[in-house]
Amino acid sequence: MYPPRFRYEAPQTIDEAIQLLSEGGGDAKILAGGQSLIPLLKLRFASPPLLVDINEIPGLDHLDFAADGSIRIGALCRHAALERSEELRVRQPTMAAAAGLVADPIVRNRGTFVGSLCHADPQGDWAAVMVALGGSLVAQGPNGRRSIPVKDLVHGPFQNALTHNEIGVEATVPAPQGTPLGGYLKLERRIGDFATVAVAASVDIEGGAVSRAGIGLVAVGSKTMDASDAAASLVGGPLTPESISSAADLAAEVAKPRSDHRGSADYKKHIVRTFVTRILTRVSSSLEKAA
Amino acid sequence: MVLDELKIGGLGSSRRRVEDDRFIRGKGNYVDDIVLPGMLHMEILRSPVAHARIKKIDTTRAWDMPGVRLVLTGEMMAARNLAWMPTLSYDTQAVLATDKVRFQGQEVACVVADDPYIAKDAIEAIDVEYEVLPAIVSPEQALAPEAPLIRDDKANQQDNVIFDWEVGDKAGTDAAFARADVVSKIEMHYPRSHPSPIETCGSIADFDRATEKLTVYMTSQAPHIIRAAVALVAELPEHMIRIVSPDIGGGFGNKVPVYPGYVASILASILLERPVKWIEDKTSNLMSTGFGRDVYLQGEMALRADGKILAVRMHTDSDHGAFFSDAQPSKFKIGLMHSTFACYDIPTAHLTAKGVYTNKAPGGVAYRCSFRVTEAMYFQERMVQAAADDLGMDQAEFRRRNFVRDDDFPHRTAFGFLTDSGQYGKCLDVGLEAIGYEDFLKEKEEAAKRGKLLGIGISTMTEPLGAGNSREYDILGIKMFDSAELRVHMTGKAILRTGAKTQGQGHETTWGQIVAHELGIPAEDVLVEEGDTDTAPFGMGTYASRSTPVAGAAVSMVARKIRAKARKLAAHLLEASEEDIEWELGRFHLRGDPSRGVTIQECAMAAYSNLPDGLEPGLENVAYYDPPNLTWPFACYIATVEVDPGTGVWDVLRVVAVDDCGVRINPMIVEGQIMGGLTEAYAMANMQFITFDEEGNCIGGNYMDYLLPTAWETPGFELHEVVTPCPHHPIGAKGIGECATVGGPAAFVNAVMDALKGHDVRNIDMPLLPDRVYKAMTERTDVSGAPPLRME
Ligand SMILES: Cc1cc2nc3c(=O)[nH]c(=O)nc-3n(C[C@H](O)[C@H](O)[C@H](O)COP(=O)(O)OP(=O)(O)OC[C@H]3O[C@@H](n4cnc5c(N)ncnc54)[C@H](O)[C@@H]3O)c2cc1C
Repeated sequence: MYPPRFRYEAPQTIDEAIQLLSEGGGDAKILAGGQSLIPLLKLRFASPPLLVDINEIPGLDHLDFAADGSIRIGALCRHAALERSEELRVRQPTMAAAAGLVADPIVRNRGTFVGSLCHADPQGDWAAVMVALGGSLVAQGPNGRRSIPVKDLVHGPFQNALTHNEIGVEATVPAPQGTPLGGYLKLERRIGDFATVAVAASVDIEGGAVSRAGIGLVAVGSKTMDASDAAASLVGGPLTPESISSAADLAAEVAKPRSDHRGSADYKKHIVRTFVTRILTRVSSSLEKAA
Repeated sequence: MVLDELKIGGLGSSRRRVEDDRFIRGKGNYVDDIVLPGMLHMEILRSPVAHARIKKIDTTRAWDMPGVRLVLTGEMMAARNLAWMPTLSYDTQAVLATDKVRFQGQEVACVVADDPYIAKDAIEAIDVEYEVLPAIVSPEQALAPEAPLIRDDKANQQDNVIFDWEVGDKAGTDAAFARADVVSKIEMHYPRSHPSPIETCGSIADFDRATEKLTVYMTSQAPHIIRAAVALVAELPEHMIRIVSPDIGGGFGNKVPVYPGYVASILASILLERPVKWIEDKTSNLMSTGFGRDVYLQGEMALRADGKILAVRMHTDSDHGAFFSDAQPSKFKIGLMHSTFACYDIPTAHLTAKGVYTNKAPGGVAYRCSFRVTEAMYFQERMVQAAADDLGMDQAEFRRRNFVRDDDFPHRTAFGFLTDSGQYGKCLDVGLEAIGYEDFLKEKEEAAKRGKLLGIGISTMTEPLGAGNSREYDILGIKMFDSAELRVHMTGKAILRTGAKTQGQGHETTWGQIVAHELGIPAEDVLVEEGDTDTAPFGMGTYASRSTPVAGAAVSMVARKIRAKARKLAAHLLEASEEDIEWELGRFHLRGDPSRGVTIQECAMAAYSNLPDGLEPGLENVAYYDPPNLTWPFACYIATVEVDPGTGVWDVLRVVAVDDCGVRINPMIVEGQIMGGLTEAYAMANMQFITFDEEGNCIGGNYMDYLLPTAWETPGFELHEVVTPCPHHPIGAKGIGECATVGGPAAFVNAVMDALKGHDVRNIDMPLLPDRVYKAMTERTDVSGAPPLRME
């Protein structure tokens, strides 16, 4: 690998890192797991003159579950930590379903959850999961911290709402409003492939009805797509074949895929419809079984 | 006591691979591991567009960069008559473009610098002005009347056609079609793929002005052919050229051709009088070096109602890219495509083949196959399945009815090949039994009632491996024999060299086993060395599964020459006449008195210390082997699949492979070859292809777009064997390195097509991407995969 020349710094504190980013004035890049940035350097698609490696900063690799069911994921928490977490499986099935489908085991050992959100790849898996869960990114800059809902974080392909001297320090998933259920389905051509299409659908169930819902779509637009109308249509009632089918149709309408070597636009829309239906039908039959 | 052949690592021993010790420890010695004093680094600037006239190349900024030693352009090459080079198929190929670029990724300029970082930076500082021309990405476009002329550099080239070739009996075939009860037709495309060896291509050219000697370390499957090519192209004396292929990280046909990077690094070293290293990156390898396949078929079969095939008619259009540069036996323009249907008893057949230029990377190399045999067998087995369907006949029964029978050998195929042995019916039976054919058909029917789509696909074939015999096979006039040289040292240890070149096949292990079999010298006492043209005897290299059939046979023959001489030494030591000496493995003894004998090691010592009068000292020899025929392994591959009706995704349930490659030298290595081949076959059917958009952009120039299978999704394989020894090979072995890549894809595709039976679909082009399967299933239509890919 022969990337363009760059300066490399590995600060020990968040403040130092922010300082370096401020000095870099928009040309600096944070290096987390490197699983997206290093390939860009290798292909010379990016040539940042300064890399700020945050891996030496202590206290950023947490995966914390609060009593109310909310979750905090630190900037250095790797995909693999989420995949291996027993607690995640119990607490947050939508996230757990996605954890083993992001990239391949090798990439998951290095790549970070927060890095994936910041990278803002329309084909990235985690942003759609966070959109479905109503999660946020906590950013820290020279003026302190702020929380950005992931649906507002992603602006377009590889563009996020962070300023040049802000660091994503952790991601947060709010407490569920009932029993958290849901799932993640990904159509990939091979393990380790980015999604042809993927769907994250999450529903919280309270007294047999949907109390909160979210649907995020992967690889069917220039950014992670928020099928908010589809999700809203589910809230207030039970999951029925009719409600599932109309939510699936609404979600497919949000999808704006392009035809490419992975499949035609029509096909991708069809997969969105199929996956929404499959996830919600599975949830509904698990509820029936439990009842 | 007679030696136990398995204990000395002889034939049939699954001894561990000798080479793996160093590979697993990371101690292999690949071209990129070699560092020479004063070595410089070369990088190539490649065309960003598929077809354009070069208006201007400005290298000033690159020359000005510190650490840059040389910037080479086509103009500078032309001044030395090196802008174009001959290919292995009697065409010419641009080394560095002078007039036009003809594919995306074509070599335009080179930079040589102190380190590879500087070279990469400097490449970006070369300014090229292009006048973009329309791009051609398929034979259909290339053959259109108004198509732009791609090869306007060639004086007599009026269109984009490279060749029009035919073989077989047209009149006889037409007559048979007129008599047919049923004519079965099918059209398909075998997509472009890339061998993509893990190690890319590269070279280090080291020209020594003081000795006038040129040494080139390079990634070549055929170093001797390269030596000849360099002698002819660079007009250097052949004895002053040394080509060394050290460890090679996979070739798969990709490392047979001569690439511009090799030539440019040689010229750079001559000009700078320093070693110059060029190592391709993955993207360059995928975009510019020899691809495989990219052939279109129109196939027809004339059938009798009872299931007998009366005749086969085929037309192929092959897309060779901008230069006709794949190595072929020179008599056969579309390789051995006409080996198609060799396992079936077909009275008559006719094949026409057209090759065309397009604005795509050159190639059509024998990607893990014997010159287009992969396409030939894929077309064959897809046609066979369609014909069985058209007749409403069971696909296994249809094959059985048309196989050449065991007692019909030798058999002359409709296209003129001579097959010499086989038990085709038995292989099929073993396969059907292993998969549980009848049970699966019932299960499939049951599943259909529950809305599930199961399918079973069969692929049976015999393929011609081991080119060739020198009457019919040559490359650029050089006959396709091979060689082995064996030197037995006085302590009975030995060094063996051959004209082949291992790239992962395990020659260092298996050649020792052949020597052990012939001489009783333990395999571990034989050092095997290949790839250095200064030391190895002349050979045509390793590809087309020719190593064991040709070089391996030469190993046997040279060992037998050694044995003949050792017999004289034994007679001398035993004070007997040669006629009274008998051979057992590893030892000569007196006829009638086995207790009085000498070992092969004792003979070796005598060759250097105790010679009879008149006998030349030493115990070494060389053998050149010209095989009487190709070898004809047979294979039966069966796959079962389940198709998801909601998405078109298909999963492999089971894969059964029955291979008959004759005598197995090292069963473990044979099984490794079969599993590797099946993995590639699965990938062809499922994911592995390179396509192009309307502008000629290569979609598949990196591992995100060009998918290679990994251990995670590759299904398990169940292996079985039938052994029919090759009647003419000294130890009865046949080629095996490529059978599964060749025969495997059709099994997977046939299985999916079987699952879709009743959906009015005849063909889906590989790879069977879920969206293609879904479209075929729901719209009840064939799905073509031919470029251009339309992106919206
Ligand atoms: C072969 C392969 C396959 C892959 N497949 C998938 C897949 O199927 N699905 C998927 O979702 N992803 C996939 N990825 C990407 C992978 O998930 C990455 O890990 C992820 O996108 C980025 O995380 P990272 O920690 O590696 O970030 P890095 O590569 O270090 O950084 C990525 C970008 O985010 C910025 N960044 C990183 N961390 C922060 C932070 N804390 N604050 C602000 N900015 C930050 C960086 O500056 C950079 O611009 C794949 C990667 C590879 C190499």
